[in-house]
Amino acid sequence: MSVDLNTVKRVAGLARIKVSQEQAETMTGELNVILGFVEQLDEVNIDGVEPMTSVVEQFMKKRIDDQSDGGYADKIVSNAPVHEDNFFTVPKVVE
Amino acid sequence: MTDLTKLTIAEARDKLAAREFTASELTESYLGAIEAGNEALNAYVAVTGDIAREQAKASDAKIAAGEARPLEGIPLGIKDLYATKGVHTQACSHILDGFKPEYESTVTQNLFDDGAVMLGKLNMDEFAMGSSNETSFYGNVVNPWRRNGSDTALVPGGSSGGSASAVAAHLCAAATASDTGGSIRQPAALTGTVGTKPTYGRCSRWGMVAFASSLDQAGPIGRTVRDNAILLKSMASVDAKDTTSVDAPVPDYESFIGKSIKGMKIGIPREYRMDGTPAVIEELWQQGIAWLKDAGAEIVEISLPHTKYALPAYYIVAPAEASSNLARYDGVRYGLRVPGNDIVEMYENTRAAGFGDEVKRRVMIGTYVLSAGYYDAYYLKAQKVRTLIKRDFDTVWADGIDAILTPTTPDAAFAPGEITDPVTMYLNDVFTVTANMAGVPGISIPAGVNKDGLPLGLQLIGKPFDEGTLFQLGDVIEQAAGRFEPSTNWWSK
Repeated sequence: MSVDLNTVKRVAGLARIKVSQEQAETMTGELNVILGFVEQLDEVNIDGVEPMTSVVEQFMKKRIDDQSDGGYADKIVSNAPVHEDNFFTVPKVVE
Repeated sequence: MTDLTKLTIAEARDKLAAREFTASELTESYLGAIEAGNEALNAYVAVTGDIAREQAKASDAKIAAGEARPLEGIPLGIKDLYATKGVHTQACSHILDGFKPEYESTVTQNLFDDGAVMLGKLNMDEFAMGSSNETSFYGNVVNPWRRNGSDTALVPGGSSGGSASAVAAHLCAAATASDTGGSIRQPAALTGTVGTKPTYGRCSRWGMVAFASSLDQAGPIGRTVRDNAILLKSMASVDAKDTTSVDAPVPDYESFIGKSIKGMKIGIPREYRMDGTPAVIEELWQQGIAWLKDAGAEIVEISLPHTKYALPAYYIVAPAEASSNLARYDGVRYGLRVPGNDIVEMYENTRAAGFGDEVKRRVMIGTYVLSAGYYDAYYLKAQKVRTLIKRDFDTVWADGIDAILTPTTPDAAFAPGEITDPVTMYLNDVFTVTANMAGVPGISIPAGVNKDGLPLGLQLIGKPFDEGTLFQLGDVIEQAAGRFEPSTNWWSK
């Protein structure tokens, strides 16, 4: 499988990365080289093979459904580029 | 004083205990070495002299009180991917500009709890995506090794290029690193240092900037096998904050050093003999086989039939996980924000400006293979191939093989700009990536040099949670091969 310019632009939109026409053209070539490389996997017989979910066999650990941490909203927002009264601030979303 | 930077961790530990010098003197020696050498090597992106001096002072008090901990006063470099409280933590990406975490990663906390000193944060490929340390927002790291009679700069490998370069140039006693497809072992091989990727789940991933969560694992780069054993003992732990960390006792890895390897069965996988590999790599491999045989090990030819599919499967799984993990960088909660007319444009502008080309490529590949209609053809298939890769290893262990010996890399260090095609760059990890895909541990030990005098590494791959055997075998190779140091310290001004 390979991607065309429109697919690359659509995927860039999904990935929320702004790309120029020129960048999209360059990326199309690069992504097709990588997709061509992974095409080797078509040679492998995977009939009846379970997909890997974890390399280490262990039961999912569970914890008590309880608050174990928190109470420091000021620290949570301290690295935000813009914040106000312990809220993250973003451009207007709802009209 | 500069002589103190020549000491291994084991030597420094013993001499500190014997009061031959103080932890403060040891730390000052390293800070001096960084001051003199970092401009040329660009290994550190932030030097934390004040923290180091304070920690060293505390270590001196502990030593004086007779309460020295396992890593008391040992100066370490920390890869920029580990969250360090109040200190530069950006995984060398522009998008994390100014990020200073309010918390400490479990691995660094474990090291500090054992008395280690932090000298600073080490350069790396952006988000650990790269094999040459050319994708860092903070510029290339330079390898302290050069070809005989040449001044040409060489790459230190990646993504833990800053860690490997700093250890090789004695700008720290050892360093933390991380390995998703070979990012500890490949730079270790290219710089004449020892690097260990532990079993998946051996170290907590809490506070490590995530790249591909099912593959990422913390580990050390040091100058000797013993130093790796000492460090891993402190780094490894089960952690409630990482459900994939495994609740298994952490052995005294150092006790494996020097134990006889007589009767151990070492597998030599025929699939690691690849077309186009230079003759010197094959010779190195044969030399390694001879050393282990001389020490009493039994050499067995084995087959890992799905080896060649590990790298293509990796280039689906890793970008897929990366595209999900890196979705968090949106200009809202931390780091860079580039304004836009609405929130979507703000996201798109921020991510366009904040991510480098290689990161964008991988996020795009990951987004594509996970997008509607392609999931089964790519991601699901890759995860099935991964099952087969792990099964290859399980079969070999079931046949009684104790460890596997391979070359670490297909060649020695190269010059920056020499490899421009992404897939050719990816092939640097062809021998290391299988261990990540199967979750098993691996170690790279320097074992020889090529015709240009550049170091080359041998890799040992072990059974899950059997890092001890890797240190035991790795020490045999190290004893036979000797240690490898650059012939001059040209970087020091």
